[in-house]
Amino acid sequence: MIFDALIGPFLEFEFMRRALVGCIALSLAAGPVGTFLMLRRMSLFGDAMAHAILPGAALGYLAFGLSLSAMTIGGLATGLLVVLLAGLVTRATTMREDASIAGFYLISLAIGVSIVSLKGSNVDLLRVLFGSILALDDPAMLLLAAMSTGTLLVLALIFRPLVMECVDPAFLRSVSRTGGPAHLVFLALVVTTLVSGFNALGTLLSVGMMMLPAIAARFWAVELTGIIFVATLIGLVSSLCGLILSFHTGLPSGPAIILVAGALYLLSLCFGRQGGLILKLLPQRHLEA
Amino acid sequence: MTATLLTLTDLTLGYDRHPAVHHVSGRIERGSMTAMVGPNGAGKSTLLKGMAGAMAPLSGTLARAPDTRIAYLPQSAALDRSFPISLFDLVAAGLWHRTGAFGGLSHKDRLAVHEAFERVGLQGFERRTLDALSGGQLQRALFARLILQDADLILLDEPLAAIDTKTSADLLAMIKTWHAQGRTIIAVLHDMQIVRDHFPRSLLLARECVAHGTTEDVLTQTNLGRARQMIEAFDEEAHICAQEGVS
Repeated sequence: MIFDALIGPFLEFEFMRRALVGCIALSLAAGPVGTFLMLRRMSLFGDAMAHAILPGAALGYLAFGLSLSAMTIGGLATGLLVVLLAGLVTRATTMREDASIAGFYLISLAIGVSIVSLKGSNVDLLRVLFGSILALDDPAMLLLAAMSTGTLLVLALIFRPLVMECVDPAFLRSVSRTGGPAHLVFLALVVTTLVSGFNALGTLLSVGMMMLPAIAARFWAVELTGIIFVATLIGLVSSLCGLILSFHTGLPSGPAIILVAGALYLLSLCFGRQGGLILKLLPQRHLEA
Repeated sequence: MTATLLTLTDLTLGYDRHPAVHHVSGRIERGSMTAMVGPNGAGKSTLLKGMAGAMAPLSGTLARAPDTRIAYLPQSAALDRSFPISLFDLVAAGLWHRTGAFGGLSHKDRLAVHEAFERVGLQGFERRTLDALSGGQLQRALFARLILQDADLILLDEPLAAIDTKTSADLLAMIKTWHAQGRTIIAVLHDMQIVRDHFPRSLLLARECVAHGTTEDVLTQTNLGRARQMIEAFDEEAHICAQEGVS
């Protein structure tokens, strides 16, 4: 009975199997990227970038219809443009990075909403915002898988400079020039992951797939590799359970997945071993050393 | 044999056109041990960063002898201690000259890291995260990283700040060992007694070089008083520096 409810939809329907594979690909990249965003105190950066990619995605949608490839490439282009402009302004002026990004993403969002409202109907806007994982075709699947694979490989490549840039940037500058480029490449990876995500979840919710598992994982693991591992696992579980929830209740798949990730976050917040609320409230005797 | 390791020529370093330290000229001899002293805001950390190659000059030049290997200890307050990496990974970054940004650690490298932990008295702390350390323990770990860097020129930004006497004595002994091995040391310090007792040479800064030479000659009441006055005369609304000439 339970087995039927959990596995049945995937055995029976191809679109559910495709959706699951797409979500797994996304979770594998989103977990590690989200972990770094959280640890760099950039948890809200994903949200800003999710808005920044809207104009490109909307243009792609208007020009080619619901073509995930066109929307992806458009989103990627505007996202990278915003990151690059903000990065240049941060380097050229005294403005801090978060302020520069806020400036450019707001312009980008306004342009995006204008495009959608001038040319499309509200239904179109909802489609762009909430995604369509249940309609993943072959090219879209391949694109998603390729972007996830690429993200993981590049992240592995810049891992050491990125970590050192977070922990001890002055030391890194004394031994290597890779700190600045590693940071910019990382921001590009965030955009890539977000864009892969909005295929499945939409621009508004793709950021949830990066941040919720990472923030939840902080309550379970102490060290960076552990956090990345747990975050990825939470992403995978959220994908599976969210799709099943969506199938049985008729909720859109994106919000369903994020709701599950959100529930896992709340559970972690309460029961987590590392600073979870319950452990904090329990009277505990202090250790010997 | 003495030879020049670092040559500063009319060096100006700063942020966004505002110099933190300007028009510094001088030479650092190979194998010397110099204390960099001066009031807060004198530009000591900035000059050290420039020497470490972590900051480009606004003007002037800084020349190093060819093939000089540099190790730089930033102020420990500049570290993000909440970032969850192990102490082992932090210390192992001292092998960057061998591993580069991408290479892995060989068995021999790992042994070297463990040996560095022992040398600073932190064996058994390898798996700790940075937020689970005292200030003194973190500083010991950063010294272990310096050991692994095996450098000719060691630049230390306030290596003895905010640590207890025992740790301070241990770290000072380590600095003197490096000096005895023929390495060149430049350290930013605030404790004048330590400078007078242990550092043969001093460089007194107050946004420019006030004096540079043997510690005895540099740390006179006159020089220290002058340095303090020069910092107090700092002007936020400064015009273009007269020494820049007309352009």
